[in-house]
Amino acid sequence: MIEIQNLYKSFDDKDVLKDINATFENGKTNLIIGQSGSGKTVLMKCIVGLLQPTTGNILYDGRNYAAMGKKEKMLIRREMGMIFQSAALFDSMSVLENVMFPLDMFSDAPLEDRVKRARFCLDRVNLLDAQKKFPGEISGGMQKRVAIARAIALNPKYLFCDEPNSGLDPKTSLVIDDLIHDITQEYNMTTIINTHDMNSVMGIGEKIIYIYEGCKEWEGDKSQIMGATNEKLNNFIFASDLFRKVKEAYMSTHQTSTPKK
Amino acid sequence: MLVIKALSSFGKYLELMKKTFSRPERMRMFFKQYIKEMNQLGVDSIGIVLLISFFIGAVICIQIKLNIQSSWMPRFVTGYTTREIMLLEFSSAIMCLILAGKVGSNIASEIGTMRVTQQIDALEIMGINSANFLILPKIIGMITMIPILVSFSIFAGFIGAYATSVIANVITLEDLTLGLQYDFKEWYVWMGYIKSIFFAFIISSVSAFFGYTVEGGSVEVGKASTNAVVSSSVLILFADIFLTQLLS
Ligand SMILES: Nc1ncnc2c1ncn2[C@@H]1O[C@H](COP(=O)(O)OP(=O)(O)OP(=O)(O)O)[C@@H](O)[C@H]1O
Ligand SMILES: [Mg+2]
Repeated sequence: MIEIQNLYKSFDDKDVLKDINATFENGKTNLIIGQSGSGKTVLMKCIVGLLQPTTGNILYDGRNYAAMGKKEKMLIRREMGMIFQSAALFDSMSVLENVMFPLDMFSDAPLEDRVKRARFCLDRVNLLDAQKKFPGEISGGMQKRVAIARAIALNPKYLFCDEPNSGLDPKTSLVIDDLIHDITQEYNMTTIINTHDMNSVMGIGEKIIYIYEGCKEWEGDKSQIMGATNEKLNNFIFASDLFRKVKEAYMSTHQTSTPKK
Repeated sequence: MLVIKALSSFGKYLELMKKTFSRPERMRMFFKQYIKEMNQLGVDSIGIVLLISFFIGAVICIQIKLNIQSSWMPRFVTGYTTREIMLLEFSSAIMCLILAGKVGSNIASEIGTMRVTQQIDALEIMGINSANFLILPKIIGMITMIPILVSFSIFAGFIGAYATSVIANVITLEDLTLGLQYDFKEWYVWMGYIKSIFFAFIISSVSAFFGYTVEGGSVEVGKASTNAVVSSSVLILFADIFLTQLLS
């Protein structure tokens, strides 16, 4: 479980995040949604410690990140896995070496076991065939899957994904979403996902936080999105014609069916 | 303003070096990187070092023989001067200036690209000291390889000088050999090695600094690579003056 308490973050005189409070539970896929520039990436970077919050606390299962020493911070980071918007694979290493890298760095297991574990993770994302290829030789969707395999190699407690399916076609996005969702449940991880993909919101939004210009504007889950009355949220979610029509249809059936009850 | 900017850059550089020089997390991984860097930065530079040194050695020999040597000078002058130029300046300082171009841009663009594609963030998230993991093997690898490159350079320079004698008959073999051996001071060779080690440190650490601190995209990586070459070249020139004063 990750708790965020009264988090503020500003750059020079620009306030990017204002008083964010949230709780992310384990075994669930937690989504942070919001418009481009609303501060999602900054929030995630604050949570993982790549950026220092101006004020506020972040608790990892009750452990306060800000109060930790350098050594402890390093150690807690080994419990984290992160998938970057650009996949961020090491392009001088093959796919298998990429997945093995965290193991090589932190595991005392013999080489044989490390290879076995890396192969297992690659198999989990269905990429065992590509193990000898280099990141430049595989597609964007495959790169994301390798990044997932690398992130879970050390059995992390916390998984962070910054727009895991940006730049991917809808079908591949679904594959990635399902993969993250399944892995989260399987290993009871605390997973936080940044996204502005409505398919993800409706598909795996077990807990959703909507950020508007740096403030938390709405909180709920995917079943509450359709009936939400928050105007800013509706303007964001139902910005496209298609989704607006879906919402209208939903509302009309909802309104006509409730009085009958 | 410029002074303040330079000072703050220098401060950041020192901070980065502090982060770089710590015990590697995993010696196994450090040695793997170290071998890789020695190969990439050192072994891959041998070709260009040999080529340039050979021709410079030959050209110095020809220039001195044809344009400076006169009948009233002793016959060892050409060989002697060629040797001293190679040992004292060319094989250490000028060679390192050339390497600053080749190796410096390589280091800055590699680390810069890793920065803008978030590979460095990925390392940090894993709880790895990215500066230590990426930069230390480069610095140590470069320092290990530079005496070898300097030796190759001296050697190739002499071969170049001999080639002018054997192929073009610019100078007789006896005169050249006499000159190359005349009044030899071993300390000059050591001086070249010592200077080159400082230069190797400048090239690798300064270029790594420019790469590591890139912000933005491919344009900034290009700029960082240029800045790395310019800054390390200027620093090598200054360091050369101080070191030459100090060691002579
Ligand atoms: N290092 C920084 N220095 C100054 N301002 C920054 C920095 N990083 C982000 N910002 C600002 O913070 C705001 C939020 O940026 P952020 O990257 O979090 O947006 P986002 O919600 O992730 O958008 P997107 O969906 O496009 O990725 C932006 O206005 C941006 O200009
Ligand atoms: Mg973002």
